[in-house]
Amino acid sequence: MKFVDEFRDPELITKAAEEIRRLADPNRHYRLMEVCGGHTHAIYRFGLKDILPSNIELIHGPGCPVCVLPMGRIDDALSLAMDPDVIFAAFGDMMRVPGTHGSPLEHKARGMDVRIVYSPSDAIKLARMNPQKHVMFFAIGFETTAPSTALTLQRAKAEGVHNFSVFCNHVTIIPAIRAILDSPDMRLDGFIGPGHVSTVIGCRPYEWIAANEHKPIVVCGFEPLDLLQSIVMILAQLQKGEAKVENQYKRVVPWEGNHAALKAMAATFQLRPYFEWRGLGFISQSALRIRDEYAEWDSEQRFHVPGIRVTDPKAAQCGEVLKGVLKPAQCKLFGKECTPENPVGALMVSSEGSCAAYYNYEHRKANLVTSLSSPA
Amino acid sequence: MSPEDDNQNPPGGCHMCLAIPGKVLEIDSDNPRSALVDVVGMRRRVDLGLLEDDPPGPGDWVLIHVGFAMSKISEVDALDQIRTLEMLGESEAAIQEVRGYGLEDVQDKHSP
Amino acid sequence: MKGEIKIGSPAPKIRFREPQIEMAHGAGGKASRRLVEGLFAPLLFGASTEPLADAAHLKINGARMAVTTDSFVVKPLVFPGGSIGELAINGTVNDLAVSGARPEAIVVTFILESGLPTEILQREVQAMANAAQYAGVRIAGGDTKVVEHGKADGMYITTTGLGTPLTGVEINPQSVRPGDKVLLSGPIGDHGITILLARGELDMEGDLESDTRSVFPLVEAVVAAAGAGIRWMRDPTRGGVATSLNELARDCGLGVVLFEDNLPVHDAVRGACELLGLDPLHIANEGQFLTVVAPDLVDAALSALHSMPGGGDARIIGEVRDEPAGSVLVTTRYGGSRIVDMLVGDPLPRIC
Repeated sequence: MKFVDEFRDPELITKAAEEIRRLADPNRHYRLMEVCGGHTHAIYRFGLKDILPSNIELIHGPGCPVCVLPMGRIDDALSLAMDPDVIFAAFGDMMRVPGTHGSPLEHKARGMDVRIVYSPSDAIKLARMNPQKHVMFFAIGFETTAPSTALTLQRAKAEGVHNFSVFCNHVTIIPAIRAILDSPDMRLDGFIGPGHVSTVIGCRPYEWIAANEHKPIVVCGFEPLDLLQSIVMILAQLQKGEAKVENQYKRVVPWEGNHAALKAMAATFQLRPYFEWRGLGFISQSALRIRDEYAEWDSEQRFHVPGIRVTDPKAAQCGEVLKGVLKPAQCKLFGKECTPENPVGALMVSSEGSCAAYYNYEHRKANLVTSLSSPA
Repeated sequence: MSPEDDNQNPPGGCHMCLAIPGKVLEIDSDNPRSALVDVVGMRRRVDLGLLEDDPPGPGDWVLIHVGFAMSKISEVDALDQIRTLEMLGESEAAIQEVRGYGLEDVQDKHSP
Repeated sequence: MKGEIKIGSPAPKIRFREPQIEMAHGAGGKASRRLVEGLFAPLLFGASTEPLADAAHLKINGARMAVTTDSFVVKPLVFPGGSIGELAINGTVNDLAVSGARPEAIVVTFILESGLPTEILQREVQAMANAAQYAGVRIAGGDTKVVEHGKADGMYITTTGLGTPLTGVEINPQSVRPGDKVLLSGPIGDHGITILLARGELDMEGDLESDTRSVFPLVEAVVAAAGAGIRWMRDPTRGGVATSLNELARDCGLGVVLFEDNLPVHDAVRGACELLGLDPLHIANEGQFLTVVAPDLVDAALSALHSMPGGGDARIIGEVRDEPAGSVLVTTRYGGSRIVDMLVGDPLPRIC
């Protein structure tokens, strides 16, 4: 098994699509939210909307860590990296995210030492290779990525790598889901639950959604069959009037989560009392900061951080699109002032952002005949 | 010799949720926390630090995210899932019956 | 007296508004196009309304010739499957070939970095000699400049090529019609990914090598078999197949629909792209070409390719349709589809 192609089998996809049609009540309009940016991307990439019946609406959730990062945090990090002895290291997705004075990439064009890394371990390697400089790793991501940063911090301490620090922007998914459910504009029937976050936190943290909010939530994988099967499972629950947590992504997600990962996170991080989320405002206990035992490797404790707060341009409606209240195309700037080439907000930069996904995959297809056949 | 300007621009695309299945080829002889993993024909070094409670061995499949193995992939669960999908459209009873025939090696750790 | 500027002639309209040049402007995608169309074309190409092509076919005093030029900026200089010297010859040979011309002669410019070991230069010059001989082109001359240490990644090479237009083929995007088929000579993405891996910055290795080669023999075969039906050809270098086909779609005002399952991609390229979040359609190739052929001659064209050494992996990857006009669409076997744009940004700098 290769665990990819099997979950893209066209016959099984057809079967799943038929089952969805069978289960969906034609008199009902279903609003299902996929929380995770990776799911948003997969839905567009595999054209799954074309396969679903029109009474199933997929609402994009805020599970894109690049999208929810306020511009001020990028400005803060870039201001620290202005020092010529500092190397700014981050994942590729961060490179084109606009700060007030340009993206990291634009800062690089103006002479800042900006490097892409594919793993936090790469950042420590950079630090070892550049003993005269300080490597500041811009850490971002939900609980999927936080454990890797945690292990990296532990290693930096254990191995005595002192020219390295982490600018930590890790956030947690449950408060984001809570904020969505608390939002008066939201009416949802169920959730396609985060897949990779759940490999770390497991499925238990979602139980309150089923118990208190009475909404089904199915932890879902990222291949087309995973998404379709999860929708089948949600519809089956709704049909029976059930609301429970189910694990569709069983081949990868353990119900209890990853103990070693959670342990590493607990040893290196603690919850910030509150943190600002783009579009969702300040949410308490929703983000991680580095523990005092690792203060030396915490960019915010080692350096003076300006604490810049920047409000989004008034015309940009990133917040509403993030919450799923608006579709990307409904934002006034979409496709005009804000395009993947000239992004105004992070939802257009990150390939998981709903605006980028919609633009790249849907936007110009809008007037097309939807059935296109392959050659014999 | 060449200017220190590697890592100019990012390969486009996002790493946040991006996690890929890979097959463990060999564990590093001098570092049990590091393994060579095959990902659709590419070989890369992956950190096994998050799986120290149940480390994978050569031949095991793991899910890789930003250079770290996050979880072991269960072939049994994957096959079970495919079987379930194949049986879509058949009656619920038929599905339960087939399940009872010994596909019970589905590990409990993936259910409540 | 040197040529005068005529008073009263309209000032060229510069549409390029960006204040400085970025890496993206050299990547072969949208930004490159903006620079060429918005700054170079108005100032250099005068009132010409012809679409930009790989090589220019000129008529000078009755003689027809094709001319093209290309620069090679590659890091590292040597990589599995080739080196900058080979790229420099094959790249220009291929530009001539896909413009429908037989490559005849090349002149070379070197910009060398002070401190470059002679051994490295010699190896590259030898590689160029070999590639030229293999491709049947004469190297007719050149120039050399040396710049300070740190300014040239070792060496930059520019090659300018001359060729004689082939008879029996007329490349013209305006002649493309709905129903025409899109042929690709072989697997995509090998070159770009090989370079990326060869830089050693990623903890990744794979069994891949650059596909650099002269495609002229294949082009010649296709022209001989189906010349009358060939509408357009291009070699998808920087920016990949997606960029080349988007340019075609724009130039002919029609849509190009690709069938994802028909795209030839080596597993290792697929794997690297998955890991890095790249699309094989955007990755540079140095030994492949695309051609649009009329439906009645496409089988002959494909057979001709299959019968040539190195042409065995050629495939029909798509077709031209009325919609989506001006864009490229990729369809999957289960009915999903997505628009694939020209390359945005510069994910893989110093590839070729």
